[in-house]
Amino acid sequence: MMKAPGLRLYAMLYLLVLYAPILVLPLFAFNDASIVAFPLAGFTTKWFGEMWQDPNLGIALRNSLIIALSTATLATVLGIFAARSSVRYQWPGKPIVMGAIMLPLVLPEMIVAMALLVILLSLGVPLSIFTIIMGHVLICMPFAVAILTSAFQSLDRSFEEAAMDLGETPWSTFRLIVLPLVMPGILSSFLITFTISIDEFIISNFLGSGRPILSVYIFGQFRFPAKVPAMLALGTILVCFSILLLIIAEYFRRRGVARIGGKDTGGFL
Amino acid sequence: MTFSAERSTMIEFRDIQKYYGDYHALRGINGTIKAGEFFSLLGPSGCGKTTLLRTIAGFEGIDSGAVLIDGKDMKGVPPNVRPTNMVFQSYAIFPHMSVAENVAFGLRRDPRSRAEKASAVEEALQMVGLKGFGARAAHALSGGQRQRVALARALILKPKVLLLDEPLSALDKKMREHMQVELIKLQRQVGITFILVTHDQEEALVMSDRIAVMFEGQIAQLADPETLYRRPNSKKVADFIGTMNFLPCSVLSEAGGRIEIEAQGLGRVTLTEDQAPPPRGESPVVGLRPETLTLLYPGQTTAERVVGGKVDEAIYFGDMTYYDVYLDGTDIEVRLSMRNVPGRPILDVGEQVKVAWSPEALVLFR
Repeated sequence: MMKAPGLRLYAMLYLLVLYAPILVLPLFAFNDASIVAFPLAGFTTKWFGEMWQDPNLGIALRNSLIIALSTATLATVLGIFAARSSVRYQWPGKPIVMGAIMLPLVLPEMIVAMALLVILLSLGVPLSIFTIIMGHVLICMPFAVAILTSAFQSLDRSFEEAAMDLGETPWSTFRLIVLPLVMPGILSSFLITFTISIDEFIISNFLGSGRPILSVYIFGQFRFPAKVPAMLALGTILVCFSILLLIIAEYFRRRGVARIGGKDTGGFL
Repeated sequence: MTFSAERSTMIEFRDIQKYYGDYHALRGINGTIKAGEFFSLLGPSGCGKTTLLRTIAGFEGIDSGAVLIDGKDMKGVPPNVRPTNMVFQSYAIFPHMSVAENVAFGLRRDPRSRAEKASAVEEALQMVGLKGFGARAAHALSGGQRQRVALARALILKPKVLLLDEPLSALDKKMREHMQVELIKLQRQVGITFILVTHDQEEALVMSDRIAVMFEGQIAQLADPETLYRRPNSKKVADFIGTMNFLPCSVLSEAGGRIEIEAQGLGRVTLTEDQAPPPRGESPVVGLRPETLTLLYPGQTTAERVVGGKVDEAIYFGDMTYYDVYLDGTDIEVRLSMRNVPGRPILDVGEQVKVAWSPEALVLFR
């Protein structure tokens, strides 16, 4: 190991700047004062109870979960088709089509959201949860396709040929061999797109026409100083939930890698 | 030991042409493989041998011609319903299944009961020497064990033809030699037609009843190992199979099945017709294998013809020594091999020697 005290210090500072603000979240969520400022006043858990006073939070949570689950499912399923087709088959216009799928990655989301809004309104499509899901799928597809493409690429083609050679049809080969072996990639794709959807703000705000969506709801609550501690409490819960999700995903990923005896090439943790 | 003549035809290639874009991968493949035969497709990488194997399995389509298996044209027949099974170069053992699940994979559509299938799996594992390995995870196996699983998985379906794509190339030398013998025994035991793809000429010679040597998408020669080794039909085949010395020569006369030549270093020699494969319009050379040349030690005499020479290099192999010898009066060097037995000291570089040879060992390429 090379010694580089300067770099080590830099790395530590970097992590501090990155994560200190998040640590402030639980600090004030348990602080017994409605003003977010030092010195801390005392310990309390009342904010965790208070935030549920507003029935809109429950609605926002439910809406966001519906949107995120639908988005993650749709983006991952569509991503499987796109990635499989891109890795395994040659067809005319492939670079253009794959490029178009990846494009939202570099388009300003604000522009995408505005363009979608204008088109939906001019087509007379009523804004709803479905329009938000549509927008989210659009911006989640690049991530799903990138993850799944690498999963399909690392799959040795002779596995499929062996299965067909042993009497399976293309479809049963896909089901029995391909799907189980790319399952870690599918899980990754699902989790990443779920996370992107849950905290997405711009599209949810533009295409939701004022429906309570978690990110939009939190943003709205910050207008009222008295609500801020409750929102920090909500933020604390969300952070814990994210970490839990990550640990679960990593557990299944590692178990999957160990089961097929593959080399661990790094996952989420 | 071949009884090729009596066996029925299992596979027939009829003028197969195959292109990858502009690349002409298979250029008119013709030939037959007999039932129960251990057949090898041998050639350097890129010669089309794997492509040809994959056209039998159905993984590659062909642009024209036909592949017949047991008399049936395989046009439009997908791999899953062909009476062939394959052992892949990478073995393609399904990593998310146990050994037994891998072996039983092909039995999914088999109507037999669960118990009957389980005993079939156990039988297949026993046949390849993996009795009791069924519960093991596939990834916990060594290279040799993986290959045995791949064999058991393919053979459990009792295919008419077993296709083996360089199955031994991933194994170390000892293991490879061991598996060569095991494969031969297994093939005799099950009596299934084996088709092996290999770039290793020694492997092909050891294992096969017959061999098709391929170059650039064509079969250069299809023959049994001994014919291939002793009577190669072209300089290229002779060069690819083992080692052969080539001496420039000129054809003096040809009459009544006898060919009179003048070979550099050897002088005048009379050959019989069977020592001269059909002419190809190349400049004539005679070939002879290192082991057909013998060094004469002091006091030794021979009935064979003798030529003088000077040792240029002695390469010691333990059981054998290879000598590179300049033939007197020429700048031609021949390689010869001598078994290291008592009474035969290793000769020094620069030593004058006598080399015995006999005309029957020569092959004329022209």
